Amino acid sequence: MAKEVIKLVGFWVSPFVFRVEWALKLKGVEFEYIEEDIFNKTNRLLELNPVHKKVPVFVHDQKVIAESFVILEYIDETWKQNPLLPQDPYQRAMARFWARFVEEKLMEVAWTSIWSEGEQKERAEKETLEALEKIEEQLNGKKYFGGDDKIGYLDIAIGWISYWLPIFGEVGSIEILDPKKFPGISAWKTRFLDDPVIKDSLPPRDKSLEYFHKRSQELNSRLAHRENKV
Amino acid sequence: MEDNKVVLLDWWASAFAMRVKIALAEKGIKYESKEQNLFNKSQELLEANPIHKKIPVLIHDGKSICESLVILQYIDEVWHDKSPLLPSDPYRRSQARFWADYIDKKLYSTGRRVWTGKGEDQEVAKKELIELLKTMEGELGDKHFFGGDTIGFLDVTLVPFTSWFYTYETWGNFSIEAECPKLIEWAKRCLEKESVANSLPHPHKIYEYSFELKKKLGIE
Repeated sequence: MAKEVIKLVGFWVSPFVFRVEWALKLKGVEFEYIEEDIFNKTNRLLELNPVHKKVPVFVHDQKVIAESFVILEYIDETWKQNPLLPQDPYQRAMARFWARFVEEKLMEVAWTSIWSEGEQKERAEKETLEALEKIEEQLNGKKYFGGDDKIGYLDIAIGWISYWLPIFGEVGSIEILDPKKFPGISAWKTRFLDDPVIKDSLPPRDKSLEYFHKRSQELNSRLAHRENKV
Repeated sequence: MEDNKVVLLDWWASAFAMRVKIALAEKGIKYESKEQNLFNKSQELLEANPIHKKIPVLIHDGKSICESLVILQYIDEVWHDKSPLLPSDPYRRSQARFWADYIDKKLYSTGRRVWTGKGEDQEVAKKELIELLKTMEGELGDKHFFGGDTIGFLDVTLVPFTSWFYTYETWGNFSIEAECPKLIEWAKRCLEKESVANSLPHPHKIYEYSFELKKKLGIE
């Protein structure tokens, strides 16, 4: 019998990749990790994900799946232990809705608020706070976003807020997740990062900080360069 | 079997709302459609979708579900006995979701740049649109429908945009059929289904409306 192939192609600091890693580890599924340098993409990546050319890419035997949320649902449906999505269709819809919300309305603006300037920065900061307020409201005293007493799909989808968002903040010398403004999210953050699976599955903080500092500087200098071109 | 009150907050020209209508029709679900005015949003809409304030919204048993692809999956899971939209195999489901996500990321915004754009911007958008549609053609391959022998999740996700093709083509002065004949054939096959034919407005109606829409959006 051929050995089951389970591979995750990723980039060491990508929050999208970690979602998949967390899901697999929470289910106790063993996998092979393959590092890809996204600034120097291999033919392997371009063949595995010709449409988007991005990580993560998940390989299960002959099957190749891209897009982290799509991968999460595949994993949940294939390895049924420790289910990530709730059973109830309405709760599932809520989890999917909020995962998309955080993806569309928080991630990009939060990062933009760090490296941009002037009006763009102000707008991004405002949108970041607005999105966080809605998320805080949604959490509404729950221990986990999924509502159960354990990490679920939505916690995994939003999980990057616990670690990457504070790193962004440090790069920008601001505290994005003010515990006074966001007590619920702050409590969840501690709980999430304390989880034995999660705490062992995070990129190294120093390297991550350095990486995002550099990226922020690069993006900012491109901005200045553009603005100088009158 | 959940047959309690189902309401759809709707807008006739929205491709996203059409998706939901097709799904409800495929499953034979009775519902009340409430046409919304997107330029003067109702209290009902603002309460049902406070986060995005957009349609479609499905209200089932007093609970609101927003975002068309989230709604489609909800419908598929609640009314799971009839006309399944997603296949049962996890890998095939992942492929349907992947391509639906691709369409959502690219088609609406590219199409918009085609029919509202000008000059170089419009030309770039046209090129991107054709590339996108050719990619979908490639994904369809020799199949009758993306779902195989019957329409499925991906067909329902994509086919509503075909009602906007005439609008894209006329404003953009190009032919989608010339570049993507197989996709147009697929669209015609879909339209043979009552659920699709009853949910998509005539393309000319959308084109006629696009003039008014441009004014409302403040586009020259």
